[in-house]
Amino acid sequence: MKFAVIVFPGSNCDADMYHAIKDELGADVEYVWHTEESLESFDGILLPGGFSYGDYLRSGAIARFSNVMKEVIKAAEAGKPVLGVCNGFQILLEAGLLPGAMRRNNSLKFICRPVELKVENSQTMFSSEYQQGEVITVPIAHGEGNYYCDEETLAELKENNQIVFTYNGMNPNGSLENIAGITNKKGNVLGMMPHPERAVDELLGSADGLRLFQSIVKNWREAHVVNA
Amino acid sequence: MYKVKVFVTLRESVLDPQGTAVKSSLHSMNYKEVDDVRIGKYMELTIEKSDRDIDVIVKEMCERLLANVVIEDYRYEIEEAVSK
Repeated sequence: MKFAVIVFPGSNCDADMYHAIKDELGADVEYVWHTEESLESFDGILLPGGFSYGDYLRSGAIARFSNVMKEVIKAAEAGKPVLGVCNGFQILLEAGLLPGAMRRNNSLKFICRPVELKVENSQTMFSSEYQQGEVITVPIAHGEGNYYCDEETLAELKENNQIVFTYNGMNPNGSLENIAGITNKKGNVLGMMPHPERAVDELLGSADGLRLFQSIVKNWREAHVVNA
Repeated sequence: MYKVKVFVTLRESVLDPQGTAVKSSLHSMNYKEVDDVRIGKYMELTIEKSDRDIDVIVKEMCERLLANVVIEDYRYEIEEAVSK
């Protein structure tokens, strides 16, 4: 399985993502610059955190129209796993691949610290290596992670089990229903504010994020490799 | 040439954390009359005349990029700029 880490001007977690995949997960990975025209040779697409285009106008609003996003949308439609972390999540929202939008944190502060997440749905291709209801520790680092959607959308998210992670105990940013990560209806696009790629080794304080990437690989192998 | 002024604010139904902070600051400065503060963005666009309808393209630009209609409202004013 081969991963693409999409790099926009202003991405700053691309190297963390690359490291998590290459050195900790042990899978193939390449950086893909935002001007690229094809993602055909990749099996999984990763949109890293950062401040693409300086967060001008709104987080993710400009990156959403970059060349490579047409291909990301195509990959999502083809059923390939697409993961957006932090700014990557914001881009997926702006692109309409996930429902809702981000507001400023209710404290108006940029928050950078480990948080507890509850696994609300362990039946997705991103979370199958976790236990249902398990509490994991993963860091957050954002100023705009205050997830919002209208009531109708929220009801739909719940009905389809699209809420994968919620903040456990304390909500750091004011997000609706403590939402930290959601998938699309089909379940192959995940957006989350916390950074699993920064929690892949006990040396970093937690290795809880690694199982998210292991889930992707395991599920991909089961679907694509004979005698897996 | 047209001069287009675009105003983008958070929707009424969406809590505006910046507006709330500014309101409480105004209250502490003894402007108790202030009932609500909404913080938004103001953009000025200079647009050349073309065969496309100005109203249609400005609305399109607002919907597609300038505002996120999930959480934001927008309005705009179109003025015909006098050429020099």
